[in-house]
Amino acid sequence: MENTITVSVTVNGTPYQRSVDPRTLLSDFLRNDLELTGTHVGCEHGVCGACTVLLDGEAVRSCLLFAPQVDGHEIITVEGLGTLDNLHPLQEAFREAHALQCGFCTPGILTTLVPYLEENPNPTEEEIREAISGNLCRCTGYQHIIDAVKLAAEKTDP
Amino acid sequence: MKPAPFEYYAPTSVSEVLELLNEHGYDAKILAGGQSLIPMMNFRLVQPAVLVDINKIPNLSYIKTHENGIRLGAMVRHTQAERDSLIKERVPLLHETMPQIATIQIRNRGTIGGSLAHADASAELVAVTTALEARFKIQNLEGERWVPASEFFVGLLMTSLEPEDMLVEIEIPDLPARSGWSLKEVARRPHDFALIGVAAVLTLDKKDRCQSAKLVYLSAGDGPLVAEEAAVLLQGQKISEDLIIAAAEKAATEEIDPGNDIHATADFRRHLANVLTRRALAEAYQRAKGGK
Repeated sequence: MENTITVSVTVNGTPYQRSVDPRTLLSDFLRNDLELTGTHVGCEHGVCGACTVLLDGEAVRSCLLFAPQVDGHEIITVEGLGTLDNLHPLQEAFREAHALQCGFCTPGILTTLVPYLEENPNPTEEEIREAISGNLCRCTGYQHIIDAVKLAAEKTDP
Repeated sequence: MKPAPFEYYAPTSVSEVLELLNEHGYDAKILAGGQSLIPMMNFRLVQPAVLVDINKIPNLSYIKTHENGIRLGAMVRHTQAERDSLIKERVPLLHETMPQIATIQIRNRGTIGGSLAHADASAELVAVTTALEARFKIQNLEGERWVPASEFFVGLLMTSLEPEDMLVEIEIPDLPARSGWSLKEVARRPHDFALIGVAAVLTLDKKDRCQSAKLVYLSAGDGPLVAEEAAVLLQGQKISEDLIIAAAEKAATEEIDPGNDIHATADFRRHLANVLTRRALAEAYQRAKGGK
């Protein structure tokens, strides 16, 4: 590639440095260059929310950022929320409440809700629905997702 | 769905941006929040040869008071504005508008300057800054100029910005005493594009008559649509339920120009506009009577 740019970024606590074509979307950078395939790619135009990651702690759509833009920043993907042995309480609640069917939307919903719940530890059902209005679930599994969020909220902030 | 190749620059000062814009002209595009530009690039609806990323410029994210109003740097992000106490106190209409804009993921990244420069007629900020008579500071290598919202938005996704121009600052004046405001919209899902919406600003005189009225619609034409005749109906009059009904009817049936699409017919949008205008005027009137 003639036109490449070096990106230094910390993802899930690990520093990475890669040379990329500037048009590389952050979503593709995470999946293809860093092989972190937990971040899913759905619509690629900012509607479905499957590619949501945390950029310096805030939920953003990784298909609407170019990789060079995160140079010097910190990213958390779904892989960074918990570990296989020690899931994040929200992941645990998703498992318990059967909040995923095919699982495609799950990483984006988790990364959207983790900072949301930190700010709003006791959301109402309506607030939860609004909080995930930027995430599409095509299994129509919203009901169980909402149950899971309530469960997580109860467990962490009884 | 991948963007076409481009040359990427991430300058750290406004003067460097202006140099790049001057050099590349129509080939260059400014990348602010990118929440409208990048989808368009992914669809290859736009294929800029040069992308000038302004996210690395410090000091474009300020919110400060200035004489009789506030000034915002072009890179203030939507969530920053939403949480800002100065905006809440001085420009409550803007404060109420912010959470109604796109989803949280978009608001965390999108910028006020970017939304205004993109000039989507369905954008809340386009209608609200028009209703509030905001002014925009534009810079190029020759110097700077201030453009009022009424002259900034010129058509479908079109502003008075030239290829070598950069929008750097937004000024929103305080409303006069005894003013009330409202923003009402209908969207199929919270935070989705509004089918139609209206921003209303009313100012009353000492005798409780309407001194000035402004009704600006979103998703109702090629740009922010100002219902001037409805405002004339209200001007100088005592606000009553009948007057509100008449003004809403005038704006919704004679002044706005909504489109037909898969989401709603033009007729349905006119119906919504009529109802929303009544609600917006009633709320603005209550607020104007009750002070701030």
